[in-house]
This record gives sequence, C-alpha cells and structure tokens, in this order.
Amino acid sequence: MGYIAVKGGTDAIRHANALVEYFRLRSNTKPVDIEQLRQQFRLGIDKVMGEGSLYSTEYGAIAFKQAEGDVFEAAFILRAFRATLSRSYYSETLDTNDMQIIRRISASFREIPGGQVLGPTRDYSQRLLNTQLATETELDLAAFFKEFETQLEGVKLQELQTFDKVIDILRSQGLLKPVGNPEDTRLVDVTREALRFPAPRSARLQMLARGETGGLMALGYSAMRGYGAVHPTVGELRVGYSKVYVTDRAGRKRYIGKIMLTEAEIISKIEEDKNGSIPYIAIGYGLCFGQNETKAICMGILDRAMRIQNGNAPATDQEFVLYHTEGVEAMGFTNHLKLPHYVTFQSTLDNLRKAIDQKEKASTTTNQNTAITT
Amino acid sequence: MIDTPKYQRSYHYAFIDETTKKEIRRKLLKAVAIPGYQVPYSSPEMPIARGWGTGGLHITLAIIGKDDVFKIIDQGSDASVNACNLRDFVQMTTSCKTTFDAMEATIIQTRHRITEEKLGKDQIMVFQVPQPEPLRDVERYEKKTREMHAEMNYAKMWVSLYEAYVKYGAIMYGAGYPVMVNDRYIMSPTPIPRWDVPNLNDSECIYLFGAGREKRLYAVPPHTKVEPLEFEDVKFEIERFLGTPCSITGEELAFLDELYEDDGLKKYVISDSNYLDKIRTGQLVHQHINKYLKAMAHERES
Amino acid sequence: MNGKVDQQWLLKVEGLTKIYGSYNENTVRSTGPEFNSNICPETNSIVACADVSFELFPGEVLGIVGESGSGKSTVVKQLYFDLEATTGAAYLRKEDNTLISLLEESNARKRYLRNHFMGMVYQNPREGLNFRFSSGGNIAEKLIMAGMFNVQNIRGRASALLDRTEVPVTRMDDKPASFSGGMQQRVQIAKAIANNPPLLFLDEVTTGLDVSVQARVLDMIRELQRDLNIAMIVVSHDLSVIRMLTDRTLVMKNGRIVERGLTDQILQDPQHAYSQLLVSSLL
Repeated sequence: MGYIAVKGGTDAIRHANALVEYFRLRSNTKPVDIEQLRQQFRLGIDKVMGEGSLYSTEYGAIAFKQAEGDVFEAAFILRAFRATLSRSYYSETLDTNDMQIIRRISASFREIPGGQVLGPTRDYSQRLLNTQLATETELDLAAFFKEFETQLEGVKLQELQTFDKVIDILRSQGLLKPVGNPEDTRLVDVTREALRFPAPRSARLQMLARGETGGLMALGYSAMRGYGAVHPTVGELRVGYSKVYVTDRAGRKRYIGKIMLTEAEIISKIEEDKNGSIPYIAIGYGLCFGQNETKAICMGILDRAMRIQNGNAPATDQEFVLYHTEGVEAMGFTNHLKLPHYVTFQSTLDNLRKAIDQKEKASTTTNQNTAITT
Repeated sequence: MIDTPKYQRSYHYAFIDETTKKEIRRKLLKAVAIPGYQVPYSSPEMPIARGWGTGGLHITLAIIGKDDVFKIIDQGSDASVNACNLRDFVQMTTSCKTTFDAMEATIIQTRHRITEEKLGKDQIMVFQVPQPEPLRDVERYEKKTREMHAEMNYAKMWVSLYEAYVKYGAIMYGAGYPVMVNDRYIMSPTPIPRWDVPNLNDSECIYLFGAGREKRLYAVPPHTKVEPLEFEDVKFEIERFLGTPCSITGEELAFLDELYEDDGLKKYVISDSNYLDKIRTGQLVHQHINKYLKAMAHERES
Repeated sequence: MNGKVDQQWLLKVEGLTKIYGSYNENTVRSTGPEFNSNICPETNSIVACADVSFELFPGEVLGIVGESGSGKSTVVKQLYFDLEATTGAAYLRKEDNTLISLLEESNARKRYLRNHFMGMVYQNPREGLNFRFSSGGNIAEKLIMAGMFNVQNIRGRASALLDRTEVPVTRMDDKPASFSGGMQQRVQIAKAIANNPPLLFLDEVTTGLDVSVQARVLDMIRELQRDLNIAMIVVSHDLSVIRMLTDRTLVMKNGRIVERGLTDQILQDPQHAYSQLLVSSLL
C-alpha cells in the first residue's frame, strides 16, 4: 500500500523527519558555523529575511542552515517564528535620506550630486567560475586583506556622508507628483488583517516587501516586456544602513540599531492628468531588507504597474500580483497537491462515469438537443 | 548580534498568542451569527505550510481547552500522514487527550470528509478549507465575488451549473458541491463528497470552517438550513455504492474508497477509518441518516 | 411633447446630465451645439450630455440620432445603469401605476429593475453577452435571475426566443464566439427580451454589420416590436435606421437635444441646421 492512509502514519512521519536530518548530516562534514553563514552567505540570508519578513541575520542564518539552503523553506521557518513573537513597538518612519550608503546609483542622469557610488556589486564583473574558491584557506584571506590595504593607501578617505535623493531634483522642478489617492493614508498591517481589494497602498507595498523575489522578478520582467505598459528608468537605487528608532512608553525617541536596506525609486513614463492639465512623472517605490536589488527594482516596477487602471496584463492586476507573489502561500498551496485527494478524485470519477453513461444512452436514443417548441 | 540568545523556546498554550486567539474567537462568533458568510481574519503564520491545514489549526487552537478531547482525520482517516503530523502538533502544544473515536471527541478537525457517525450538540467539527470562495471558478476577482455575495447576485453560479448539465448530462460538481446556507449565502462545504453534504443540514453540532491561506472563517451553526444547489428538475444526488460493498465489512450504505491493492483488482473499503473499525469489531454505531441515505436504504430493500 | 393627453408615459427623463472630470457652475452653459464643443473651456471637463428630458410612452419607439460625441449612447447607458448620472432624474411607471425613481435606487434594486423591466442590446456583442457561456446559457442567466429554476423550462423558453430571433436552435449550446456578427446580435436580442420587459434599449445594434444582415436584423426588430408591443429607445447615427424603426426622434448634438418630433416630420421638414445637415446626407 502507498503512504496514503497507512496505519502507523506517525511512524512514517518520524522516519521521514529522521531521514531529513540524516540527509543533512550524513556527509559527516564539519557542521557549518552560523557566523560563517551570516557573513559568507549574506545575500542568501538577505533574501530569507526579506521573504521571512523578519530582520535578524542570525535567525535568518539558522533558518537557512536548517533548510539546507532552500530559501523558500528558510523563509517559511522564519515567518512561522516571527508569528510567535509579540510586537512591542512599531518603529518610527525610517528616513532613507539619512541612509549610510554603501552603494548608490542613478540611471536617469549621467552625473548626480554626490556622484554615482558603485559600491559592492557584481554588475560589472565577469561571471567566470572561480575554481580557486575550492581551496580557499585563511592564508588566502590574509593575503587578500594585505593587498586590499595597500590599495587603500593614498586614497583620500572621506567622512561618511549621506546623499540627497536624486528624485528630489525632479521634485524641486515640479516634475514629480505624489501618487494615487491623497485620502489613502491608512496604514495596514497585513499580518494583522486579511487583504481585501482594492488594497490600500500601504498594504500593497507591505505585500511586495514580503514577496518572493523570483515571483516579483517574473512579473516585473513581464511589465517591461510589454505585458503592462511600464517603461521604467531607475531614478535611484541605494543600498545602505538605516537607523531604526522607536518611541518608548515615556515618549522618548530611542535608537535600537541599524538595518541594511535596498531602496529603489523607479521613474515610469509620463503621466497625463485626466483633466488635461500639466503632465508629470510618478514614482514606483521598492524597499526590502538587505542587499536585494532585483527585488527592490521589481517592487518599484510593480508598484507602478498596479496603479494602471484597466490594464489587461497580469502585472497591472493587483489581485494577480499580490496573491501570487506571496511565496509562503504559493509554496504551501502548490505543494499541498501532494496531500491525498482520493475522496475528491473519487467523486470526479463517479461523475465522469455517470456522464459517460448518459452520453452513451443519449446517442443510442434521440439527440438530447432536439428543439423544443412551446 | 544577539549576545545571549535564547535558543531554547517554550511555546504558549496552544501555540497561538492570546490576542490572536481572541481575534479568531470574535471572528468565529461573527461567522456563527451570519451562517455561510466568509469573515476575513489575520491568519497568522504557523509552522505548518499554507494549504496544509493552517486554517483548521487556527480554529482548533483558538477554541481548544484542557478538557477537550481532540480527533483529527484526513479523507476520513485518522492514520493519514498529515493528520498524524497535525495531531502531534496539537498535542505537543496543548497536552490534550486525543482519540480516534468520533463519539468521544469534543473537537474534530477534518480535511475533506464529515464523520459517518452523527455528531451531537456538545461536539464541534472544524473543517480545513482550501478555497473558501464558492464563486471563484466563475469569477476570479475577490473584489467582484465580495459584491456578488453582498448583493446575493448568484446568477453566474447558476448558469455554470446549467452549462455543466447541458454539456455532461449531470451537474458536474464532484466534491465540494456548492450549497445555499440559511437561504442567503452560497457556501463552499470544502471538497467533501456529495455523500456528506446533506449532513450539514439541520445538524446538532457546530460546523466551523477555516481557510488559512485565503484568510477567511465561516460557520454553520446547529439547526441551520443547508441545501445543495439544484434545479427543480435536475436534483442533487449522492454517490451510489449499491452493488459494490466494502470488501472488509460488506457495507454498502457508507461512503467507500475505491482502491487497488497489489493484485491490481478494484476494491472498495469504508472511508471513515473509525467507522470501519467499529463495524469490524461489532460495536454500536450512530450513523448520520439523512433523506438521501434513507431513500437508498429503501431502494436496497426493494 | 406629443403623445395622447390621456395616455400615461412609461418612462420620463428629466435633466439627465453626465459630466466627466471636475466641473464648475459655468461648465454646462459654456458647452453645447452653439459652441460646437463638449469640453468646458475652464475646467477641461467633458459634458457628455446635459439637460436631456423626454417622455416615452408604452409601445412607442423613440429614436435618438446624432454623430459620435452627441451623447446619444450616454443617455441610454445611464438609464440602463452602465454609467452613473451626474445629475438628473428618470422615472419608470409600473403596471400598478406606481413610479420608480430609477437613478436613486440601490444596486440590488437596479439589478432587479434591469432583469424585470429592461433589456439592452449593445453595439458590441461582447458587452451584452458572456462569451464563456453558451448562447442558451446567456438567455438562461436572465431567466434564472427572474426566478426560473427549471432546466426544461429554461431550455424551452430559450429555444423559443432563439427561434423567434431567427437563430438556429441547434446552436443553443454553442458559445457565441463561433457565431457571425449578425447572429450574435440576434442572440443579444433574444436575451434582452427574455423576461418580456416593457422597455428595450438598442444602442447602435446594426452598426458594423453587413448591409444585408442589417436589413434582416432591423426587420426582425420591427416585427418583434409589433408583436410584443415593447417600448424602445433606438440609438443610431444612421437616419435610415431611425426612419425604419421609430415613431418619434430626438436629434442630439454636443450633448444636447437640438430637435425633437415625429420621425416623419423631422425627415421631411427638419428645422434645426444640424438636423437639416443630417437629413440632407441621408442616402
């Protein structure tokens, strides 16, 4: 008999769980250190934190290790963990103007105040497999740091600066207009209430921020390729550390730490006011944990696409985008097909057999589509 | 970096925090007050995957108490693997008594079946719901289906039943046959077989429905009218097992599973594992008799 | 307004106005046929129609003629609740002589009124038919909404309606996508009259069809109207359609009624310059 409805199902589960651990450990190689994961797999963990909706590189690393590198599974574990935590505060609104930048670029202008800061990016590297990583030792690390330090000699080190937003240039020239409905100021927490449509912007952005990177990427890409008329330009992309403040019970503003964020401001095409007044451009906004540029950019594209009225492409359809990029739900439901469905299926078989009977009976007697006259 | 991380965790009773439990209970009260109406709720994440019973779990964990006796079945079977997993989880977080006996349980969580035995007024059945929206196949947008329910505009649903009948000679719905609750809301009874649908009507127990992924709760309180959608001249029918008895007990008037063993031959076995056990061991059973079952019993006599 | 003094109107429209965009107190008075424009010079809002008033009597066929932008379709769409009026009122008289103020009703009531008292046939069949359902299913939708829950009866009535509108009954279970344009229109008409409504709106129903097909559909509509004595509002830019079907006509330009009267009289002796232009270009 198959696994379905076998007596001793509990035994089966226990064995399956033991096998999972066994597969994770059977190589008997050195257990991976959480700190190593945190530091050397930071981009994977950034993804896990973003989709898990919890900023903690340490817990993200633990989840990543537990899931053997499966980002979906790790994000799920983190979400479930998050749900057990009680909320003590909502932070003050983060001011990303004050972000301590490690990377900041704009595709809209050749030169921008403060300059283009490439920062740590693979965008301009050649993706050549580096087989030397197979034999990396601590000696290699020491050599690298020594070489790196010599590169820094003679370079005038500047004080850490903050950068103004590129789009503020456009704003000061009156070319930017605030988006959407000025009355739509409701702050929704989608973990506290169910989404209803049309969803307020705060809910849409929160859903996108928690969204699965691959799903967002697919839909953002589709919007650029003609499935939803969004022709985006990156107004500004910045990656860096933002300070987080909360207001304590005595009303004092307290600093609780820094988090790394990626922020994208995407300029879409020219809008024309329906009342035929002055045209302007509007922004699509993306923000996520860690350094995840693909996600932030696609968030911005989709934020804009979902505001297109009467669009006929998936990316312009709020319900389509928000329901289907929710990774934990999508993963759960697609995989739930593995659960037994034999009762449901049996009903279908029963109906099918009945319908076949009926058709066969009908074809041997008169056609059931005879015209009926009143 | 957390300097003194608390790596050992103990969990709150029934896992879910009290605030969320209160929210779920409030929403359940609203659901019971408006039979068949889908109440949105926060549906917090659980350590169980979406689509695998989080909604049912939310309800169970919100209402369960130290004196409850818990039973959980999947496709009618206590032994189904996912049911075992969920049973372990509930037991681990509540230390409650668990049972396979449908008559002993106070809370029965189920996926896609109702117990063959009739439940009483001190029992609650909690359904796991994959898709709470019965109109989803005819209208994909939540915004529109909400309006349709609000205005009781169910024409599209009826036309799709008409079309299925015209095309296939039968209203094609297999499991999850849509029902009208309290003459007001069309509701999805979850993918239970047609065999079980009549047992929702005028019950003694409370039926609660939890859709975790879609974040909706709904309910059918006791003695509520629940009728399968049917035309005057194209009526609802339950499945027939006359002539294909259970290979273990010989029973024809219970819902049977079709299965194939190693010999490759088709066999039928009672789906409700507890019911099967009771009949096999000669115990007294209290089957839920409805008018369709009565008619079938009558047919068998003649 | 003509119409026998002792006969009571079925439908009365008063000051029906539809403006798109934000408008001010000058908007209506700075647009219209005298200005040759629908667009308010101050606010840039569009006055699709304004101050439209008329009466329709039971069994009467009223035509509304004008070119694109005249507002003729807008009038009918507001009465069928496809568009929300900006201001104005419309009243329907029921058989028991009570009046319903159409534009003030709730959504649920509007749906009820649409099902029981009105029918609408659109220029584009995709607006009036659900292409996911069969042609019989489309008619069934109307019958079900009027409370018919018997499949045999539904099929009987649907067959009869299709037969009446010259659609082969063997195609009752086929989807409209596989039909010709003319047949799709006939299915729409069958659906629109399914519940014997006293009032039928026809919005450019033959525009876009071949001339011979047009003639056939118009003939059929004329016969139906005679047999069922339905009151109709026929919207068209084509005076020959108006001539063929209607008793009285409203001529619209830039959202206003510029002339009204018996169809024959307008065709023989148009008064307003625009009506004269229309009539002179009648082939």
